[in-house]
Amino acid sequence: MNEKLAIQVDDLTVAYNYKPVLWDIDLEVPEGVLMAIVGPNGAGKSTLIKSILGIIKPIAGSVSIFGKPYEKQRKLVAYVPQKGSVDWDFPTTAADVVLMGTYGSLGWIKRPGQKEKKAALEALEKVGMLSFKNRQISQLSGGQQQRIFLARALVQDASIYFMDEPFQGVDATTEIAIINILKELRKAGKTLVVVHHDLQTVPEYFDWVTFLNVKKIATGPVKDIFNDDNLTKTYGINYKVAVNK
Amino acid sequence: MSSAQLEIQLIASVVAIACAIPGVFLVLRKMALISDAISHSILPGIVIGFFITQDLNSPLLILLAALTGVITVIMVEMIQKTGLVKEDTAIGLVFPTLFSIGVILIAKNANDVHLDVDAVLLGELAFAPFDRVLISGMDMGPKSLWVMGSILLISTTLLILFFKELKVSTFDVGLSSALGFSPMVLHYGLMSVSSVTIVGAFDAVGAILVVALMIAPAATAYLLTTNLKKMIVLSIFFGVFSAVSGYWLANILDASISGSMTTMLGIIFLVVYLFAPKKGLLSVLYRQKQQRTEVSLITFLLHLNNHSEKRERHINHLQEHINWQKVRSKSVVDLALKNNMVTITDDIVSLTKKGKDFTGLALEYILTNRDDKIEHIKEDFFLFRG
Repeated sequence: MNEKLAIQVDDLTVAYNYKPVLWDIDLEVPEGVLMAIVGPNGAGKSTLIKSILGIIKPIAGSVSIFGKPYEKQRKLVAYVPQKGSVDWDFPTTAADVVLMGTYGSLGWIKRPGQKEKKAALEALEKVGMLSFKNRQISQLSGGQQQRIFLARALVQDASIYFMDEPFQGVDATTEIAIINILKELRKAGKTLVVVHHDLQTVPEYFDWVTFLNVKKIATGPVKDIFNDDNLTKTYGINYKVAVNK
Repeated sequence: MSSAQLEIQLIASVVAIACAIPGVFLVLRKMALISDAISHSILPGIVIGFFITQDLNSPLLILLAALTGVITVIMVEMIQKTGLVKEDTAIGLVFPTLFSIGVILIAKNANDVHLDVDAVLLGELAFAPFDRVLISGMDMGPKSLWVMGSILLISTTLLILFFKELKVSTFDVGLSSALGFSPMVLHYGLMSVSSVTIVGAFDAVGAILVVALMIAPAATAYLLTTNLKKMIVLSIFFGVFSAVSGYWLANILDASISGSMTTMLGIIFLVVYLFAPKKGLLSVLYRQKQQRTEVSLITFLLHLNNHSEKRERHINHLQEHINWQKVRSKSVVDLALKNNMVTITDDIVSLTKKGKDFTGLALEYILTNRDDKIEHIKEDFFLFRG
């Protein structure tokens, strides 16, 4: 594994109305890992991603992406928000949503052209959704909507992918399709940070894990730190999962 | 048609187009109420601007009043951020306060200010042609046409330049922010354009009706299309249609022009709400009825599939057995025949191959809820369209 750091977070503290939701987080993510962020509801998993991406302003601390502030590295980063964070009745098509992934590299004012449209169709094909390109997005199933979001991130052709619960509300087939794409991305040297809920699948899907509950509990390779001790510290109850070592 | 009549229709149309454009984004951002708040709370801005400039069409007055609109939005957001009240309550707190300050200002200075509360609420489109632009004695047309035309030109230019940014920040704030298109900048940009438009339109249609011009065309267009660009074009069309037809309605009824325009907007919305091809009420009712028939069809086909004995497949038995009323069972059998799913010989119903395949697919879909295999039958059956 490359020892270069993809993401470095120092002393990050985030508060809503003076109540800390993330407290003094230090986090180092090496390049090329497929990392899960796990923790109970309200642990600040989504908030951590959002503050790394500058969507939420932290009250203290700093973040760097390959050694530089996020603002300078936007084009290296792709983001898949929670599916529930957008209005799927918005008047647009699947292909058009994927095309939004190209907006970042275009910058202000410039419009997407043939090159961008072609890239969007290729990304749709990668997630097996090409035949749905003209479908209105509200006419897609939950799993299909999630694939569209994944395609939108793929079209950004980034080095780091942040994903907020990409398996939420999808059927088993889609879950397998998505994890296979994520594993392919890792093979291609990309770094992936995924907010994840299903503890059972962590050892199978991921090679790196961060335990989070307002504070960082632990971070490291799944095979070393995904154990009952850390799970208990994170979830506050005596946790037993079958870990295949 | 006199030139004054033509000018009024022209002004009304330009106002309608200028309102429809930001209106689309307000509706999609679920901020329709904000336009109501802005349209009322700009009143003190207009009155103070009028004290300074003595001219309702002065650009300085428009900017001052629009600033009050943006301040309204900021105040609403500040109150909301305390977490003590929700957004609608915050809106309800801010705009009546500002509006009433405006009303008091007018009342206190009613003697020397050419503004009255009726005009503020409903506008005075009929008088618009009297206030004209004169350049070294040359008549260049009504002032409000120039004012509204300039506002329209500015907002159209901004829309074309920042269409992509507005779209992504409206659909997905998080992505917009991550990509570097500051949702804050776009939000306040849209609020500024909306405020300037409302101030410009205020003189013509007043504080209450300008809200209808912003929201109704967009809400109507929303029922008809699944494409943002088409939604904008349709909104503009409905706005202009209501402006022109509203003018003639007012002419016939000898009533307020802005009131008639708004009435037309309401009627257009009602018609579209009833008859829109996909989202309309009649279409929804029809779809529900079809879905009921289709569920019956599948029940019927499953029954045939499960029973090979003739006794179970006799047409009369089916009626008794499945216990449907005659009309319903007839419509189901007709639907099955029409789709070549069954054949009837000597009153005995048999599944065709197509019927068998369809039953298998439908059963699988119902059990697994996976829709990749039923794509080809989605077009023919409402039931599978989700």
